[in-house]
Amino acid sequence: MFYRESGDFKTSYVEDNQTFPIKFDRYRYYFVLLVAFLLVPVLINDYWVNAVFMPFLIYAIAAIGLNILVGYCGQVSLGTGGFMAVGAYACYKLMTAFPEVSIFIHVLLAGGITAFVGVMFGLPSLRIKGFYLAVATLAAQFFLVWLFNRVPWFYNYSASGQISAPERTVFGVPVTGASTDAWASYMFCLVFVTISAILARNLTRGSVGRKWMAIRDMDIAAEIIGVDPLRAKLSAFAVSSFFIGVSGALFFAVYLGAVEVGEAFGITKSFLVLFMVIIGGLGSIFGSFAGAAFLVLLPVLLKNVLVGMLGWPTDLAAHLEFMIVGALIITFLIAEPHGLAQLWRVAKEKLRLWPFPH
Amino acid sequence: MNQISDEGYITADGRKIGAVMMEMKNITLRFGGVKAITDISFDIRQGEIRAIIGPNGAGKSSMLNVISGFYIPQEGEVWFHGKKRAPMRPFQVAQQGIARTFQNIALFEGMSVLDNVMTGRLTHMKSGMLSQAIWKGKAEREEVANREVVEKVIDFLEIQAIRKTPVARLPYGLKKRVELARALAAEPKLLLLDEPMAGMNVEEKEDMSRFILDVNDEFGTTIALIEHDMGVVMDLSDRVVVMDYGKKIGDGTPDEVRNNQNVIDAYLGVAHD
Repeated sequence: MFYRESGDFKTSYVEDNQTFPIKFDRYRYYFVLLVAFLLVPVLINDYWVNAVFMPFLIYAIAAIGLNILVGYCGQVSLGTGGFMAVGAYACYKLMTAFPEVSIFIHVLLAGGITAFVGVMFGLPSLRIKGFYLAVATLAAQFFLVWLFNRVPWFYNYSASGQISAPERTVFGVPVTGASTDAWASYMFCLVFVTISAILARNLTRGSVGRKWMAIRDMDIAAEIIGVDPLRAKLSAFAVSSFFIGVSGALFFAVYLGAVEVGEAFGITKSFLVLFMVIIGGLGSIFGSFAGAAFLVLLPVLLKNVLVGMLGWPTDLAAHLEFMIVGALIITFLIAEPHGLAQLWRVAKEKLRLWPFPH
Repeated sequence: MNQISDEGYITADGRKIGAVMMEMKNITLRFGGVKAITDISFDIRQGEIRAIIGPNGAGKSSMLNVISGFYIPQEGEVWFHGKKRAPMRPFQVAQQGIARTFQNIALFEGMSVLDNVMTGRLTHMKSGMLSQAIWKGKAEREEVANREVVEKVIDFLEIQAIRKTPVARLPYGLKKRVELARALAAEPKLLLLDEPMAGMNVEEKEDMSRFILDVNDEFGTTIALIEHDMGVVMDLSDRVVVMDYGKKIGDGTPDEVRNNQNVIDAYLGVAHD
């Protein structure tokens, strides 16, 4: 009833092009932003930040990045973990080499370095497609993890082979290191998520996004309308890797604080982010958030229900958790192969007609 | 039709046709041992509607693919606007102002009609990645300016109502029309149509014929088309090239071609009373 486009006339193409053409959506978006920026930081404690918000936000950036590559440009990648590791190690090296520069800049630069590495590993995509490309990016995953394990320069010759984030501040407030407050690290990540989402949305709705989608849907037709496949694919790899690098830097510096590459950025991470993108919905920014939320929140929720409410032993709950999450993923994919974003779209379309669908 | 001079000629219905825009000189195209096109030369003039006809497997589509850069001929030269064209990739051909449609529809199924037609404007959109990421300012202005062109094409082809519909949901005839819209949005100098009326009923063919004539008339677009419906071809086109087994067997106005004995033997046949 309130969710209507009728009466909400657009008189310019700028208005027609906006991200949320329906008024209700627009207000809901502002409301979510207000809550996220003003209300949540006041309310949350360490548990909420570490178990829910930080992984959700950081994985959302990674999922946005991977979605640009897989969902928008149609190039399958299994190298996400490796590219996150590049972001993390680049951030670490920059933090230790230039301690006086703001961490904000470091994270962005780490993204830039990852973009460059991503383009290098994206080069094979010009010749190979589909599953074969997936295997080629898998090589990136294994190579990069091996590289960061074996070359001591990357972890500054530390005895443990780990990298750990020194304390850095933004406006005098520590955001990395042991003495960081929950709200500070949350805010730091939230800023990056918001900016990433807006940038990704802008890129995907404009001509760059159309080039990517054209390559995804039919590369021959894309070429005939003037899309250079080389530049389109490599730009997708670059942008995608940039976001993934940023998420890797945040994952290491802000969330974990200390990282061992094989453990934090192994092949499981690549699959996790890929699942987020598929479950959330390929080719949808909202889907990236939905997928990240689904795979981060569901285990936490299940644990709370099984252990907290039903009083099951922790180890039993942990095993069952795997099975239930797995079963739910399958159920979701059977019910809606196009992901949560599609469910959301269908729901919105139904809602527009409610309560008089005929 | 008057005599063809260097500057052009006047058609039967009084349209002025200009100088040679594209010239194919002695094109030969081989796939291994198979000769798809053998030593074919013809030209396309400014403002003309030029048809390529012939039986199945005559090499018509291969010819179109040579023009649009998918195939590089082993021998022969392609001249465009008085310059010899170096071998180039299809996207470079598109940037020169040559657009085309396909025999089997080649739309982007995952995108809306509007987005599909907007992709036709890609060669005209120059703003960089950074300004697009920021969006406000240059990228948005460019988007709106190109949207205006696209809306004109959408009006022209009468597809306003399906603007925001995903292409995958459209019926065949409309998809063909959207594909034409995408090609037109590029404001091409030369438009290549590969069987624009294949699989259509009479009404849809009439609509499509009208659009082709209107495009030529209103935008002055030069059109080269492949088509099997002889009624349509003879009505629409100013000059016709006839191919058979990769060779050119006829070239001229519809009337000349219709009375050419080679063409009758190879393709048109005779009516038995």
